[in-house]
Amino acid sequence: MRMADTPIQAPTQSLLADRTTGPRRSHGQYIRWVLLMFGGIVMVMPIAYMLATSFKYSFEVHTLSLIPQEPTLENYLFVLEDGRFYTWFGNSLFIATVTTLSNVLFDSLVGYALCKFRFPGRYIFFIAVLSTLMIPTEMLVIPWYLMSSTLGWLDTSWGIMFPGLMTAFGTFLMKQFFETVPDDFLEAARIDGLNELQIWWTVAMPLVKPALAALAIFVFLGNWTAFIWPLIVTTSQDMYTLPVGLTTFSDEVDVEWELIMTGAAISTIPTLIVFVIFQRFIIRGVVMAGLKG
Amino acid sequence: MVKFYQDLSISHKQIVWAWVFLAVPLIFYVTIRFYPTANAIILSFQSWNLLGPRTWAGMENYIKLWNDPVFWKVFRNTFVYLLIGTPVSLVISFTIAFHLDKLRFMHGLIRALYFLPFMTSAVAMAWVWRWFYQPVPIGLFNNFLASFGISQIAFLNSTTNALPSILAPAVWAGLGFQIIIFMAGLRAIPQTYYEAARIDGVSGWTILTEITLPLLKPTIVFLVVLSSIGFLRIFDQVYNMTLLDPGGPLNSTKPLVLMIYDTAFNAFDMGYAAAQTVVLFTVLLIVSLVQLRILRDR
Repeated sequence: MRMADTPIQAPTQSLLADRTTGPRRSHGQYIRWVLLMFGGIVMVMPIAYMLATSFKYSFEVHTLSLIPQEPTLENYLFVLEDGRFYTWFGNSLFIATVTTLSNVLFDSLVGYALCKFRFPGRYIFFIAVLSTLMIPTEMLVIPWYLMSSTLGWLDTSWGIMFPGLMTAFGTFLMKQFFETVPDDFLEAARIDGLNELQIWWTVAMPLVKPALAALAIFVFLGNWTAFIWPLIVTTSQDMYTLPVGLTTFSDEVDVEWELIMTGAAISTIPTLIVFVIFQRFIIRGVVMAGLKG
Repeated sequence: MVKFYQDLSISHKQIVWAWVFLAVPLIFYVTIRFYPTANAIILSFQSWNLLGPRTWAGMENYIKLWNDPVFWKVFRNTFVYLLIGTPVSLVISFTIAFHLDKLRFMHGLIRALYFLPFMTSAVAMAWVWRWFYQPVPIGLFNNFLASFGISQIAFLNSTTNALPSILAPAVWAGLGFQIIIFMAGLRAIPQTYYEAARIDGVSGWTILTEITLPLLKPTIVFLVVLSSIGFLRIFDQVYNMTLLDPGGPLNSTKPLVLMIYDTAFNAFDMGYAAAQTVVLFTVLLIVSLVQLRILRDR
């Protein structure tokens, strides 16, 4: 009887048991764990090698070892002594921060208005904003460049950040979340004598904090790593963002890979640290933004 | 003014408030999104080298594009990125998500390992991978192969290997996001379906193809469209990994966005570049719509 049952039952059981009854100490489960762990380690290898090499002298770069035999901070001292990375880091931080604040503010303003107000032109406005999702950035870089050159925005911080101050993605995300805010809350605040702007800011915004955080993560990361537009709009090294600066720097030092890895590490470490600290929170935010946005 | 506002009915007040909220965004969307879109389309019918006057050129730019062998090479490359990148990354990420979903022991840590590359910048990682691909005394991959006595592989210097080599970091960096979204999709499938299947004694493979995948369709559609758009717009990795000869060797890795960048900001042929952006826009639109149609109907 048991013999007859196993071939049919085994696969389904192992498929189901874990989700409902916790880890099953079966052979399959061990193999699955080992393979997934191995895959995960392979996934972080490029990052690990980048970090390891940034602490190596050039004579060690070719080795496969992840632990430098003679660890050194020389590369970091060299790269930072140059001074430009501080500027690029500061530029990136400033642009990503301002853009994030702007998106959090304006995307939720638009999302709220489209969700909670009834007014003529509401549907058209919504469709118009949504339709910009289909327009790729690359189609707009030429007109943006022309616009910036006419208005004197080339090679300025404003020039780098103006295209990203609001996004349709963020607007749509916020609109979805404001749907979950009950109208009764807003009505109660209205009776208390708050104006609409106060209601939005003091009543509705605190209720969608998780969505605001998710949006902030996406916008910040997107602007921190943005490349093509900063590459086009900046001309002087003082205005470069980290990715553009890294490209220039890597081109200059050519085959000194330990220096390139150090530059790459400097531009990657901040987001890695943020991720390690806020891991669960970030993953939840990504799921939220991904599924609702 | 205050009196006028107070005299308004509630619904009229709402209209006023709505436009107070939307005034600045309206200006933004008109000037930074719609006007530039129109400008790009108009420019695609003009000829302009940035210094002289903008002159009408009719269909000239599009005809030039049609007859440009580099464009067809680039067009093909762009679709190779899409046609390899999207299926490969989705199959890998689904497989990982499917199994990771069943693990409890150190689930959070393993998930974090897969997600970590998503937090990196494409430019930084392009340089890391570029180092991996170098020939023997330097490059990690070739050193690794050499330690097993396997002969060298020309990665970025070969017209056939360069494109997949550039695609690899793009796929790698996107996996984490796709895995997370797939796992969220898997969690959303009600357990009762699986319980019913278990009672019926259905095999694991049948459960996968008859229950899991069909119920996961919205997630799959979302990821297919999103990653396709990503691969069609690939630029950062290509530009940085082939910096001395962008899109090389012999244009074998050049995607459409890189051609646009070259035409506009190295050759300053603005009209011609604008025509290429219109093609990119059309391609993105058609690919997304076709995918939505096909995947929804199934």
